[in-house]
Amino acid sequence: MSHRARAVTLAAFVVPVAFLAVFFAVPAATLVATGLREGGRWDTGAVLDVLGSASTRRVAWFTLWQAVVSTLATVVLALPAAWVLGRIQMRGRALFSAALVVPFVLPTVVVGTAFLAVLGPDGPLVRLTGALGAEVDLRRTATAVIVAHVFFNYAVIARTVGAAWAAIDPDTEDAARTLGASRWETFRSVTLPQLRPSLAGAAAIVFLFTFTSFGVVKILGGPRIATIEVEIHRRTTELLDLRAASVLSLLQLAAVIAALSLYRRAGRRRGTGRLRAGRSTSRPAVGAERFLVWGTVASALVLLAVPVATLVWRSFDNAGGPGLRYYRALGTVGRGSVAFVPPIEAVRNSLLFGAAAATTALVVGSLAAVGLHRLRGRTRGVADSSLMLPLGVSAVTVGLGFLIALDEPPLDLRTSPILIPAAQAIIAIPFVIRTLLPALDAIPDRMRDAAASLGAPPRRVWLEIDLRLLRRPALVATGFAFAISLGEFGATVFIARADAPTVPVAIFRALSQPGALNVGQAMALSTILLTMTTLVMLVVDRMGDARVGGF
Amino acid sequence: MTPTRRVLAGALAATLLVAGCGNDDDTDTSTGTGEGVTITLVTHDSFDISEDVLAAFTEESGITVRLLPSGDAGSMVNQAILTKGSPQGDVLFGIDSTFLSRALDEDLFLAYESPALEGVDDSLVLDPEHRVTPVDTGDVCLNYDKAGLEDAGLEPPRALTDLTEPAYAGTLVVENPATSSPGLAFLLATIDEFGEDGWQDYWRDLVANDVEVTAGWEEAYYGSFSGAAGSPGDRPLVVSYASSPPAEVIFAEEPLDEAPTGVVVESCYRQIEFVGILAGTEHEEEARQLVDFMLSPTFQEDIPLNMFVYPVTDVELPAEFVEHGAQSDDPYLLDADVVAENRDAWIEEWTEIVLR
Repeated sequence: MSHRARAVTLAAFVVPVAFLAVFFAVPAATLVATGLREGGRWDTGAVLDVLGSASTRRVAWFTLWQAVVSTLATVVLALPAAWVLGRIQMRGRALFSAALVVPFVLPTVVVGTAFLAVLGPDGPLVRLTGALGAEVDLRRTATAVIVAHVFFNYAVIARTVGAAWAAIDPDTEDAARTLGASRWETFRSVTLPQLRPSLAGAAAIVFLFTFTSFGVVKILGGPRIATIEVEIHRRTTELLDLRAASVLSLLQLAAVIAALSLYRRAGRRRGTGRLRAGRSTSRPAVGAERFLVWGTVASALVLLAVPVATLVWRSFDNAGGPGLRYYRALGTVGRGSVAFVPPIEAVRNSLLFGAAAATTALVVGSLAAVGLHRLRGRTRGVADSSLMLPLGVSAVTVGLGFLIALDEPPLDLRTSPILIPAAQAIIAIPFVIRTLLPALDAIPDRMRDAAASLGAPPRRVWLEIDLRLLRRPALVATGFAFAISLGEFGATVFIARADAPTVPVAIFRALSQPGALNVGQAMALSTILLTMTTLVMLVVDRMGDARVGGF
Repeated sequence: MTPTRRVLAGALAATLLVAGCGNDDDTDTSTGTGEGVTITLVTHDSFDISEDVLAAFTEESGITVRLLPSGDAGSMVNQAILTKGSPQGDVLFGIDSTFLSRALDEDLFLAYESPALEGVDDSLVLDPEHRVTPVDTGDVCLNYDKAGLEDAGLEPPRALTDLTEPAYAGTLVVENPATSSPGLAFLLATIDEFGEDGWQDYWRDLVANDVEVTAGWEEAYYGSFSGAAGSPGDRPLVVSYASSPPAEVIFAEEPLDEAPTGVVVESCYRQIEFVGILAGTEHEEEARQLVDFMLSPTFQEDIPLNMFVYPVTDVELPAEFVEHGAQSDDPYLLDADVVAENRDAWIEEWTEIVLR
């Protein structure tokens, strides 16, 4: 690499590294160090004590196997949806694509109760299986946790891989078919290798999400099941046992690093595909494909829509028929008290934080992706994995770390409103990288060379080639970043918040008191949140599509 | 490498700029007078009070109160301990008896004996040095679903021992004391009742009687208890609060004459919430005025309908609380030091008996 090229690569990393250091690495490391230091010395005995205990082993084993099963199940179930999104032209595709993100943003408490309504004693599952003679009660089981994990992460696979699928040149597949390959052979030996980087990246994210799962496990798994994340949370917030919490954090980190190195191996083979940017790669379904399309859409609807429909229905389900009573209550119940949140204000705050977090994630994540793209070999692998680490570290560790690491000027950020979008951007940055990097890698150097040989200066090459081809993946990534921010509650709950309640905070407040009006308001706010999310996704998707085919 | 260095410097400058922008707290350094001073009240997320009431305080004292919600009671206290010496606020409200010893051991608070304590029952003043001052009581009690029990042909239980009767099999849902504050309070009630060597057998009997355990209050109340509006649950007995039935009436969808749920007063464990002045504050005098104000009739009367807990001074209760609520005259209550000493061991033992 030339001197100048190396300087550009380093420059691209400056902002991501500074950002992640201030908002992630330093706080997390400070808290872990606080827990492990005893009277100024490292307490190595603690590590052995905690790691050796039977309860740690039990928790670690459960965490691992449920994450593997959840990830595999999500990939298998969501891959057909990725194909539909990437390749099939049909009425309502935009809405289908946008709606997939809804589960991703709903607070787990709300989805948890919706799931309980489906799985519970009066729910359809118990009744149906009861009628068949073998009643299945999934409440408080690992199965319920895995089903919910698929529900939450479906969109990660479907949308990320779908975007990659759309970018694959169909000519390669057509060529294979012409040469006599069957559909399956074509998929396996032509399509799959080209999807591999984005599939491995999306699966890695799902794995990290499910490995560090918190809310779902707490609500649906019952008290006997715990992940390492749940245990870290309990040790930290209930017992203030920072020693054990720190050891568990390190254990979780080690497992995440191991998983990431596996992922690197799986994704190593770079996409060999040619990107097709000029025109849309999707077409209407033909013949037997139609069954696959409708089967996919129908199964997605059953999995995703039933719990969501349950809560939308409950938001309108007033005594004496459907009505808007709960929505009206949002503006009146509790008015005049300090904790009252005008719904409009909560929506506005959520959108503002969402925009701030998405912009931050996009800027930081794109720079990191550009930097990674310019690296080769082992350096690249290590840098790539390091940028994914924020997904593997407990929110409570980072949140409390903020308090003790960022408490002195010039960085006394403890109660600053920028901590919220910053914390949300940390979770969203890996998404941006995972979506942009495969796309960057897939841009053939020949294309850039051709432009350069026609006399385009480097900046022009970047604008005309890279930026155009990256627009769509970048928008997919931005959409996720926005959605993460809209629904995020876990990370921000540990940050003492200045006066800017968001929709999830308002939902939490409504659910913390008994009474029909409170539950009803929580359902109404959830419905508002999911409508907001769908609209944002539609807008973002449209911006992506508008330019495809435009040049 | 000059370009790199320049970019690095730029990024650093940008970071500091962002940091500077975020740090626009109105930290007023003037001390003493009270006039024009802003103090920060750290609370848990369930804190609430009328805007008028806070405005009245500002009106009469000239002190502005800034609120800083910091998670649930446990998170709030732990945050305060971790930021000791560089506190995030001047006054902390909402620490309960369960976490009290931990905070006192850490010297989190400055002692202050408010003159307003005159109107407060002595049994609620747990710290003789007055480092914390009681503000409200939020008793944890069994709640029952009136219709659900009637359908099952059962009377509301009148004692903890009733719950192990075969008739009540499969009717109770409780929260895990390791992860839930009402769950811990209920465990403490059983320890108070059956003694440090007797509660284990009681819980074995509860397990034999098919008690259900959830991680937190929301899951128990909204997920498993049959008495909550729209709940998918099927259990008519739940560990909740003394104020839950009044809340069901106040937040009913259509006006109710009678609460759908009731309280088993014989099962109540007393939870007291305290306020304390955080050591390290620059506004000790103003903080004291706020503590006094929190015991004044204006604040105390406003507590029930905003936070759904009971005031500690003798003020008039809202009609819904009088009519549908119930307060125990002789609640369970363990000594805070005993709780602090044994808490972890008890939870560990409970986990062995109930969950394994």
